[in-house]
Amino acid sequence: MSAPTEPDIVERKGLSPRQRAQRSRWIQYAILIVLVLLAAFTADWGQIVDVFFKPEFIKASFEDGLLQALVKTLEYTAGAFVIGLVGGTVLALMRLSSVGPYRWLATAYIEFFRGLPAIVVFIAFSLLPLAFEGLTIPWDPYGVVWLALGIVASAYMAEVIRAGIQAVPKGQLEAARSLGMPAGLATRKIVLPQAFRIVLPPLTNDLILLVKDSSLVFIIGVSADAYELTGFGRDLANTYSNLTPLVTAGFCYLIITLPLGLLVRRLEAKAARAY
Amino acid sequence: MALVEIKNLHKSFGSNHVLRGIDFTVEQGEVVCVIGPSGSGKSTLLRCINLLERPQEGQVIVRGEDITDRDCHLDAARQQIGMVFQQFNLFPHLTVLQNCTVAQTTVLKRKSSEAARVARANLDRVGLNEKVTAYPAQLSGGQQQRVAIARALSMDPALMLFDEPTSALDPELVGEVLTVMRKLALDGMTMLVVTHEMAFAREVADRVVFMDAGVIVEQGPPAELIGNPAHERTRTFLRRVLDPTHVEPTG
Repeated sequence: MSAPTEPDIVERKGLSPRQRAQRSRWIQYAILIVLVLLAAFTADWGQIVDVFFKPEFIKASFEDGLLQALVKTLEYTAGAFVIGLVGGTVLALMRLSSVGPYRWLATAYIEFFRGLPAIVVFIAFSLLPLAFEGLTIPWDPYGVVWLALGIVASAYMAEVIRAGIQAVPKGQLEAARSLGMPAGLATRKIVLPQAFRIVLPPLTNDLILLVKDSSLVFIIGVSADAYELTGFGRDLANTYSNLTPLVTAGFCYLIITLPLGLLVRRLEAKAARAY
Repeated sequence: MALVEIKNLHKSFGSNHVLRGIDFTVEQGEVVCVIGPSGSGKSTLLRCINLLERPQEGQVIVRGEDITDRDCHLDAARQQIGMVFQQFNLFPHLTVLQNCTVAQTTVLKRKSSEAARVARANLDRVGLNEKVTAYPAQLSGGQQQRVAIARALSMDPALMLFDEPTSALDPELVGEVLTVMRKLALDGMTMLVVTHEMAFAREVADRVVFMDAGVIVEQGPPAELIGNPAHERTRTFLRRVLDPTHVEPTG
């Protein structure tokens, strides 16, 4: 054994990693501020206000029934969400079924409607009465809107719910079955309640997407008093030859989606502390 | 008639032949402990008795009914077989009381007041009557396992299966669970216990079964099997379990 030697003191030059990161961040902030100021000074504000934010047209939007359109958007979304939730749960269970044809059907449905742009589904819906003469969907216009939106939503939600079901530990189903619960009962009472708790945050995200998808229902061809926000905004923008009503309607989506976004963050925080 | 009769049971997972011909009976009121090295098929045997695993070959006859028959009313048969899992598997979204009543009200169609009465009686039996409104996550491991026992008992089973009920517990919590199980045995419950707790097997079991590599090597009263095993494999296993720090002489 030799005597312990003095360790060499290492000399480092230049900035520490922390100082370097700090400097790089200041440069990023500076670039951002410069860009914002540049945009603000070069923009023709008078023109912007004239085209997008003309006060008289904002006022006119409210007078012509903006709030009614907002309520319609909420109604269309809520109904479609219920259909999507029920349909998505059924599809998820079919996808996980041990029965082959159930699995194939669900997979085909999900892949088809998830891959297709929603607008194509809506155009197809508007053509349905041509394909099936005399076909009427009840609760006009709600029935057709809910169905069209719900068909697309259920395909998205099925995959989320399936992931939730698979995230429930296998032992839960085994415990339920060992108590004599039939498979369906065990799924309903034990597995699904836990699965939905797990997928609440991503499901709320799907709800936000659905709010925006509802902007496509004017394609189905509903009457003017059934317009939701985007349909209403477009219609009015055409009437006034000014985009302000559409922009106003657009901002109304934020009234719906911002609280939902907040809700997602709350739910995620709650899920992190689960049980 | 034996309560459970197992005939020539075979179970494979893919190419892994886990059970290689098990013949074995459990009589009414008997407490049987199954011991053996890990991977010997003990848990699989237990899980085949209520058909959580479907055996490829052989029969499991519970109270005269062949539950491996594809047309048997499996859910009805399972009501008579309580099972306690290594990981407890309590339902985390339900309270302790609801854990014990959910199957009673839905499967046995008991009124909720009746189900709650039965559940409370069984929670009393495991010493947890003051925890009825708690959720599983608020309980210690030992308490959770006792709730799991009460949940199984609430279905009035004729047979209780325990799959290593103390293996997931902190050492200081093992005793409370074993005490409950011992009480259950004294009350005359028929029990089949897969365990590594040799002291429990020695004191509580009527019969100990030693399994290795998918077969029953030997079985008998605990004093005989643990005290004076006939087979070398049993002796090697017991030496390792009872004296883990013992080093085998080489050569």
